[in-house]
Amino acid sequence: MPDAAVDTIAAEQVQLTYAGAVNAALERCLTELPETLLYGEDIAKPGGVFGVTRGLRKKFGDRVFDTPISESAILGSAVGAAMLGRRPIVEIMWLDFSFVAFDQIVNQLSNVRYLNEGKLQAPVVIRTQQGSQPGACAQHSQSMEALFLHIPGIRVCMPWSAQDAYDLLVASVYADDPVLVIENRNLYNTGKQPVEIGGPVQRLGQVRERRSGTDVTVVTWGAMTRCALEAAELVAPDGVSVEVLETPWLNPLDTETILEHIGQTRRVVVAHEANLTGGFGAEVVARIAESGISLAAPPKRVGTPDTRIPAAPSLLDALIPDADRISATIRSLLP
Amino acid sequence: MTSVENSVDVGATLDADTTQDLEDLNDVWLIRAFEEKVRELRVAGDVVGSVHLCIGQEATPVAIKRLVGPDDALFVTYRGHGYGLMRGISPTSMFAELLGRATGINSGRGGSAYFIAPEHRFFGENSIVGAGAPIACGAALAGRFDGTDRVAITVFGDGAMNQGSVHEAMNFAAAMKLPVVFLCENNSYSEMTPIADMVGDPNLFRRAASYGMVGERIDGNDPTTLRERISQAIAAAREGGGPTLLELMTARLVGHYIGDAEQYRIPGELDRAQETEPVAVLSRRLIAAGCSRETLDDVETGAREEVESAAATALGAPLADPATAKDHVYA
Ligand SMILES: Cc1ncc(C[n+]2csc(CCOP(=O)(O)OP(=O)(O)O)c2C)c(N)n1
Repeated sequence: MPDAAVDTIAAEQVQLTYAGAVNAALERCLTELPETLLYGEDIAKPGGVFGVTRGLRKKFGDRVFDTPISESAILGSAVGAAMLGRRPIVEIMWLDFSFVAFDQIVNQLSNVRYLNEGKLQAPVVIRTQQGSQPGACAQHSQSMEALFLHIPGIRVCMPWSAQDAYDLLVASVYADDPVLVIENRNLYNTGKQPVEIGGPVQRLGQVRERRSGTDVTVVTWGAMTRCALEAAELVAPDGVSVEVLETPWLNPLDTETILEHIGQTRRVVVAHEANLTGGFGAEVVARIAESGISLAAPPKRVGTPDTRIPAAPSLLDALIPDADRISATIRSLLP
Repeated sequence: MTSVENSVDVGATLDADTTQDLEDLNDVWLIRAFEEKVRELRVAGDVVGSVHLCIGQEATPVAIKRLVGPDDALFVTYRGHGYGLMRGISPTSMFAELLGRATGINSGRGGSAYFIAPEHRFFGENSIVGAGAPIACGAALAGRFDGTDRVAITVFGDGAMNQGSVHEAMNFAAAMKLPVVFLCENNSYSEMTPIADMVGDPNLFRRAASYGMVGERIDGNDPTTLRERISQAIAAAREGGGPTLLELMTARLVGHYIGDAEQYRIPGELDRAQETEPVAVLSRRLIAAGCSRETLDDVETGAREEVESAAATALGAPLADPATAKDHVYA
């Protein structure tokens, strides 16, 4: 990991949207790390289809550039450039589009360090976004983090707060392993939040306690965090005290901290937008089960049922988990 | 729909070319009026999600209206409303699909960017750039074994020419002499990026030669030229001559999607495109052939009336039934 030039930029509080926080993180990394490159489809001159990378081409010139619609070449060239000393940050517009270039992630990027016994590394950051949105078609709606969490050798995070959109991206670029940063387009412009920029580069793997509580722990990540917090509010009037643990880092996952919390409440719901079977919730529940913690009620998972994703909002509403479904599951754990 | 006969000046005898132009204008207006209504519904919030209009690019869907045979198969992209209409999907069930209604052509599952109607030989839009090209190869391949003389037609944009799947499909089709017609609608932009900046040689049709197939660049705004050249390519494919790549030069008169700020436009570019877009091309020719302004206006009015009534019917239909959301994942 390169030395963070923390003294060159003093930490300061600013008001930023989630998209603005991503932009600020990219700007910082491009400034502090001359070996970084930033590229992808429509990201440079147009500033990105969501406007996230606006202004960076002007500021950093040739290190920020647009590419053809060629995901294999985007990801493959990132692997090669990283092997030869660059630190590429590439954008895949939708996570769904990475599948046309899956080889470069599974067979190429993730093998570099292992094969070379650590003598060669591929510090690539893949920035992308996922999630459902009313009207979006089945090929633009999937939550697919579990596919990538099954691949040893690549780190995965899913920032939800604007602060984490900043901190996790900076940490990812500074990391010497490949990292997949999964953002969510529904969060990009949800209003400004106070964000501290320029602070020390954080370690990977934190858990965020978004709400404290004593009866039930909800473990969640991504856009589902808001639903979990709302669910906690829904049951609070009945005297049910819910703790919400957000795990923006899924690999590495801080299992120890999660287990400490669940050891206290002894009741757990794991909630994610991804569909249930093979979802990462299964892994979290397995780790809890293997820990031997004696639970007061069986652990529960909340996720999208195992279906394809429809465009019509009325159909989508019937599938994607919300605060009501999470709160009902919370209640089902109580005597 | 205002039929072609009704919109022709009473008593006038028109030659075959003019009759065809008038029908084409009618079809272009049907698509354009549909797209403009979709935009209105999207802005009003009745339609939600990402919508890609084909305003300015109507000539190709109009040209292939009758070129797709009963065993043939058509594969298009998210910019596919025009193709759906020309394949005979009713405007009402298309609106209903975009509006998430139970009466939509896919009962709301597909939406604007991913609907499909195999009963119309319309094997779907696709929202993954380039994905339709290899699938079209498969449709052509199936024709070798099912006793038909099927031709598969796949339509995609200039940007899709940079996708691995399209390269693979072209070589696959050429190597196996598959009856596939590759139609590349070159509107000079891939989303917000000019295609010229993203290729070493902007003459995209030239790639065909290196795969060992015919490639040609033609005017993509005149249904007559398009019909002639595409039907030749289809005939060649049907007769065992293998695939063809046609690069159809056109312009999208609107944003990539509804809401696109279009900051990438070169000043004056859209004004110039207005001179050569399909309505302008056909209207000029019809006026020269003796049609009156009124006749042309009637065509537009008729299309708008048909579209309004289809949209009203679709809006009155019930929303897609949530109880069906999990149906049909497996046999
Ligand atoms: C594999 C893949 N990469 C990226 C995208 C995002 N995307 C959607 S449309 C588009 C531009 C396509 O341009 P072009 O092929 O020229 O077709 P046009 O939209 O101009 O009709 C892009 C990049 C996608 N849908 N699929």
